[in-house]
Amino acid sequence: MTKAESQQKTRFGWQPPPAFYALLGLAGLLLVNWFFIPSFFEIQVRDGNFYGSLIDVCNRGSIGVVLAIGMTLVVATGGVDLSVGSVVAICGAVVAIVLTTTQMGIVVAIAAGLLAAFIAGAANGVLVAWLKIEPIIATLVLMVSGRGIAKYIAGEQTVAVPAELARPTLDFIGNGHFLGLPFPITIATALFVVTLLFVRRTSIGLLVESVGANPSASRACGINDRVVKLSVYVFAGFCAGLAGIIDLANIGIADPTNAGALSELDAIFAVLVGGTALTGGRFSLTGAVIGALLLQTLMTTLYTWGVPSDVAPVPKAVVILLVCLLQSPAVRGWFKRIFGGHRSIQTGSVKKAVSS
Amino acid sequence: MSLIARLNVTLLTTAAVLVVLFGSASLWFENFFSPFVISDLFSENAFLGISALGMTLVILSGGIDLSVGAVIGFTTIFVATLIAEHDVSPWLAWPIALGVGTAYGAAMGAIIHFFKLPAFLVTLAGLFFARGMAFCVTQQSVQIRNETYEMVSEITIPFGEAEIGFTSIVFLVLLAAIAWVANFSPLGRNVFAIGGDEESAVLMGLPVASTKVAVYAFNGFCSALAGIAMTLYMDSGNPINAIGLELDVIAVVVIGGTLLSGGVGSFSGTLLGFLIYGTIYQITYFANLGSSIATIAIGALLLAFILLQQLLTPR
Repeated sequence: MTKAESQQKTRFGWQPPPAFYALLGLAGLLLVNWFFIPSFFEIQVRDGNFYGSLIDVCNRGSIGVVLAIGMTLVVATGGVDLSVGSVVAICGAVVAIVLTTTQMGIVVAIAAGLLAAFIAGAANGVLVAWLKIEPIIATLVLMVSGRGIAKYIAGEQTVAVPAELARPTLDFIGNGHFLGLPFPITIATALFVVTLLFVRRTSIGLLVESVGANPSASRACGINDRVVKLSVYVFAGFCAGLAGIIDLANIGIADPTNAGALSELDAIFAVLVGGTALTGGRFSLTGAVIGALLLQTLMTTLYTWGVPSDVAPVPKAVVILLVCLLQSPAVRGWFKRIFGGHRSIQTGSVKKAVSS
Repeated sequence: MSLIARLNVTLLTTAAVLVVLFGSASLWFENFFSPFVISDLFSENAFLGISALGMTLVILSGGIDLSVGAVIGFTTIFVATLIAEHDVSPWLAWPIALGVGTAYGAAMGAIIHFFKLPAFLVTLAGLFFARGMAFCVTQQSVQIRNETYEMVSEITIPFGEAEIGFTSIVFLVLLAAIAWVANFSPLGRNVFAIGGDEESAVLMGLPVASTKVAVYAFNGFCSALAGIAMTLYMDSGNPINAIGLELDVIAVVVIGGTLLSGGVGSFSGTLLGFLIYGTIYQITYFANLGSSIATIAIGALLLAFILLQQLLTPR
């Protein structure tokens, strides 16, 4: 990755930031909408609150943004968390059950939900960091059994939260407005800002990148790579829990089968588009957020064009595959051969030969 | 080398788990130890077993395929629509579906190999694509009323007082065939070699590219066959069929002792994993427990076997 980047730098004299391609895609998509769906950019003000397609994209996209933020740090350590969708379902089920079957109130319910998500993340982290199981495999276990756990907690059915219990707090989280914008946007923005400050203003970000780039070298430098790995999985679990609460608050129903279904792929996609490589190392939170918004814009655009929501995965899959192909070494090589001229190939292959 | 030492430890554990599960269930529930339960166990899960055979080969080669559930769902609605709404004979619809599944698997395998992309990512995109295409065909369930389907469902082999159904026979025949290919043919040896260490396989001059594409193509074929088996079992097709089935399939393969890192495993193990899976579902059915308990139990068993593999794999 860094090698390709440095080559790019020497040839063009300018190195695009990691989020560049995601931003380019988002701009392109918005441009298409500018021409074909003029109403896409209309923003109305009713009762002091903003409404419109763009607000809607941010509102619906906030779950994806929250999941992508958690996933970014996991991917940066060279791992992946396939269980976030199941954790979304578990957290939603816990909150709904505590709220409907006990008298303990919304604060306890949300705390219980986040605790469940925390435990799930910690379980993943222990499997990966201490038992040295490959992340895909370790998180697959929770992906499989998580749906069952959520169903068991919810009593094999969907749990609807009655309006009198949901009001005012839960209802506000899902559908309320803060500063004229839907509250989920506030949650996602707050999480992003806090995470960004924590990661970039302290040494945490550096530790995560170093563990992702080379775990054994990091250990030799005195970094406790296990604790770093454990913390990123716990954080991803926490983000999934937050997403589960937003999801539950938004629709008022905890659906253990469909809540967060396939959202792990959306999150991984957002992270990849945002310029973080699956191999770990350098990461971009901003890129992941833009990636998540890009995906949501794509979905909203498709719905506006009248594509049924069940069919929408097809163009999504095509876009995901295209992005992955563009990032693959083979395609990069082709581009180099087409645009880079003869000399750069030679130096590239010499460098490769020397490094291997 | 003694016989005990040559047998895989995980395979023995799997067999022990099966014996303990089935034995205790037989003692606990009346009528559990009967040919009817065993024949149910096969016919209810035959499609899963067929899919697990393809998945075993993929995992042996060091890869993974998350798209099987979606391809199965697509095949059920594709076949059902062809037969019920376009009056295509099943004898034509089935080969078409098998061809589509095989080509789909081959395409994913080619992308994985030639562009050096992670298998789980490509096949996850494949999952989305196939599931979306299934809804493109039709958005609701399609019934199949066809003479061939009635005829095929009457093909059975007597098993005690019960009968083994057609799809179970297909599963067992395919199992025997693929086990032979894996153990006694150059293709099988190449798969094991690639799964063990792909770089070494390349250096040894083995046909890595064609083998990997063939493995994914075979898995696509198995998914399509499993989809056809599902239409035979349910007499209908539905785009929402087999959602999340890939996880069950992977669980069956891993419980059967195949290492997720590739290179080690067996088809007899997959058969044992399949039987354990079926037994767990039969037990929850006998005990009137919800399906969530079965899912959790399979997840727990999956975790236990992954930990066991981790213990046994030298590092």
